[in-house]
Amino acid sequence: MDMETEKKVVANQAIMTARNVDVFYGKKQAIDNVSLDILENEITALIGPSGCGKSTFLRCFNRMNDTIDICKVSGKIEFAGQDIYSPKVDVVALRARIGMVFQKANPFPKSIFENVAYGPRIHDLAESKAELEDIVITSLKRAGLYDEVSDRLEDPGTSLSGGQQQRLCIARAIAVDPEIILMDEPCSALDPIATAIIEDLMESMKRHYTIVIVTHSMAQAARISQKTAFFHLGKVIEYGETEKMFTTPDNELTQNYISGRIG
Amino acid sequence: MRDLTLTTSDQLKKRHAKETRFQWYGRIAILISLSFLVFMFVAIFFRGAGAFQQTKIGLDINFDQTLIDPTGTGDPEIIANANFKPLITKSLAQAFPEVTGRSETRALYKLISSGSVFELGNMVKENPELIGTSQKIWVTATSEVDLYMKGKIDETISQDLRRLKDRDIAWVKQLQESGVIKRKFNTALFNNGDSREPEMAGILGAALGSFFSLLVCFLISFPLGILTAVYLEEYAKKNRITDLIEVNINNLAAVPSIVFGLLGLSIFLNFFNLPRSTPLVGGIVLALMTLPTIIIASRSILRSVPNSIRDAALGLGASKTQTTFHHVVPLALPGMLTGTILGMARALGETAPLLMIGMVAFIVDIPKGVTDVATSLPVQIFLWADSPEKGFVERTSAAIIVLLIFLVLMNLLAVYLRRKLERRW
Repeated sequence: MDMETEKKVVANQAIMTARNVDVFYGKKQAIDNVSLDILENEITALIGPSGCGKSTFLRCFNRMNDTIDICKVSGKIEFAGQDIYSPKVDVVALRARIGMVFQKANPFPKSIFENVAYGPRIHDLAESKAELEDIVITSLKRAGLYDEVSDRLEDPGTSLSGGQQQRLCIARAIAVDPEIILMDEPCSALDPIATAIIEDLMESMKRHYTIVIVTHSMAQAARISQKTAFFHLGKVIEYGETEKMFTTPDNELTQNYISGRIG
Repeated sequence: MRDLTLTTSDQLKKRHAKETRFQWYGRIAILISLSFLVFMFVAIFFRGAGAFQQTKIGLDINFDQTLIDPTGTGDPEIIANANFKPLITKSLAQAFPEVTGRSETRALYKLISSGSVFELGNMVKENPELIGTSQKIWVTATSEVDLYMKGKIDETISQDLRRLKDRDIAWVKQLQESGVIKRKFNTALFNNGDSREPEMAGILGAALGSFFSLLVCFLISFPLGILTAVYLEEYAKKNRITDLIEVNINNLAAVPSIVFGLLGLSIFLNFFNLPRSTPLVGGIVLALMTLPTIIIASRSILRSVPNSIRDAALGLGASKTQTTFHHVVPLALPGMLTGTILGMARALGETAPLLMIGMVAFIVDIPKGVTDVATSLPVQIFLWADSPEKGFVERTSAAIIVLLIFLVLMNLLAVYLRRKLERRW
C-alpha cells in the first residue's frame, strides 16, 4: 500500500457509530432501531420529512437530549470506540469534542470576541490572553468571518446579519477544537447568498472536522454531503453514498421523497 | 350580474357606531379611575401640606448660668439634667409684664410646647458656650397655637368648646403684632421620633424602622427568592413534588398578610424569643410575605430567557451550572431585581403583619439598628390617624405624602434599573 491509499483508508474510518438506537419521548417513540456510521472528515447529511426524527437523532450524538426530562435513549452510540452514554462519560468533555450549530443562530448577548472566546475560556484552552486572541482569530478565519468583523470584535454578536451570526456560531463551535460538528438545519433561516457562503465554508471545514448536518433541502444535501441518510417515521430507510442515493436510490420511499412526491 | 359596489351599507354604520361606543367606554373608565387618583392625591396634599410648617415663637432667652450649671463645672451631665423651664417662664414674664398670678402665667407658658425645654437642653448641650449669654431663640409653639396660626381654629364658637381660650388668642395676637410669632419649616417632623405632642412628633423613627425592616427583608428574601427560582426553573425535575411546591408558592402569594404576622408572632417571638417590636422580626415577617412574589416574578423572568441561549452554552460543553450562572442568570438579573424592588415596595406599605409582632407601640426613641424597638411608616400613619389631638390630622397626611414619595422613588428605581441593565442585544 502506498502513502496515498493509506491516508485514504484512515480518512474513511468511522469516528462515530450508532447501533440499534431507540429514542422515546415519554411513550412516543421518535427513533426506531437506527444504526449508522459517521465517517471521519466527511459530511453526512440527514434528510427526511418534518417530524421524522432526524434532529432528535442528531442531538443524541452530543447528548443534548439529556436536557429534556422525558427523553430516553437506548442502544449504543460510540465515539472513538467509547460508549458516550456510559455513566463514566463526562458530558462536558463529550460536548467539547462534538460541537453543535443550531437552526436559529444563537449568539450570546455579548461581543463577537466574547462569543468565540467563551468555549476556550471554560475549557481552559488558552494559557494567556494572547493565546486566547489567537484562538479567536483563527476560529473566525476558519468560519470565514474574520475579514468582515476584524475591525469590530467588540461589537455585540447580535448586531451581525443572520448569515454572519450563523458563521459566528460556527466559529464559536470551532474555537473549542472539536472533532465533529453537528449542524441542525443551519441554513433554514438564511437567504440563498448566505446559504451559499456557509456551504462553501463547510466544504473547506471538511479537512479539519467531521460534519453531520440535518437539512430540509435535498439540493443542499446533494451539493455538499458525501453520505446521506434518509429518515422516515423514526427509521433510517436508506443510508449510503450521496451520489448514488440521489441518482439510483434502492428504496421506493427514498425515490418518492427525493423526487418530491412525499414530504 | 355580480354586485361589486363598495359603497356604504347599513351594516357599516352599525359597526362604526359600535366601535365608537366601545372606545368611549374605555375612555370613561380611564377617566373615572384617574379622577379617583387625582382626588386622593389632592386631598392628601392639601391636608398634609400644612404639617411641613410649624409655628415658632421668638423669645429672648437668657442662658443664666445659675439656673443651668450653678457651680460652673461645665459637666455635660449636669447640663443635661438641668431644668430649662425657668428660662422660658422668665423670658415670657419679660415679654408679658402685665401677666401676673399663678394660673395666668401657667396659661401663658402653655402657649409654648412642653418639648421646647428639651430643645433648649439639646441646644446648650451642643453649644455649651451659650451659657451666660442672651439669645433670641425661636421655640416651638403648641399645636393649638399652630392650628390657630394656620386658620384652623374657629374663633366664633364658644371658648368653652376650645382648648385655646380667648385670652390665649389675645396673647398670640400680641405676639403677632410684635412680629415674634412665625411659621417656619417643620424640622421636628423629619428629625424626631413619635411624641404625644403633635408639634414635637416626627417620622424619623418610623422611617428608620421601615428602612431597617426593609433591609432585613431584602437581605433574606432576595438571595432566598432568587436561589429558589433558579433551582426550580433550571435544575428541578418536573414531577409531583415540584408541582406541589409550585402550587403552594402560588397559594402563599395569595395568603393575607396578617397571617404572616401571626406566623411571626408564634414562631419568631414565642418560639425563638427574638426581640419583640424590632425591625429584625418585622423584616423576617415581611421577607416571608414577599418571598412568593419574588419567586414567581423571578421564575417568569428565567422562563423568558430563550432556550437557544442555554442550548448554545450547553452545546459548547458548558456545565449546567456554568450555563446557568454565566448566561441565564445575568440575562434574568435585571428583571429579578425589578421584581424584588416591587415586592419591597409592597412590603414598605404593609401594616397588618407588623401589628402582630408588636411594631405598633408608641416609640419615641429613634432606632439605631435592627434590634431596637421601632415602628414603621404605615404603622405610624395608623397610630397618628388614631390620635385624638387635632394637630395629628395634618401630620397623618404629611406622613402619607412621605410614604408615597418613598413608594414612587422605589418604583422609579425599578424602572431605571430595568432600563439601565436590560441587555437589548
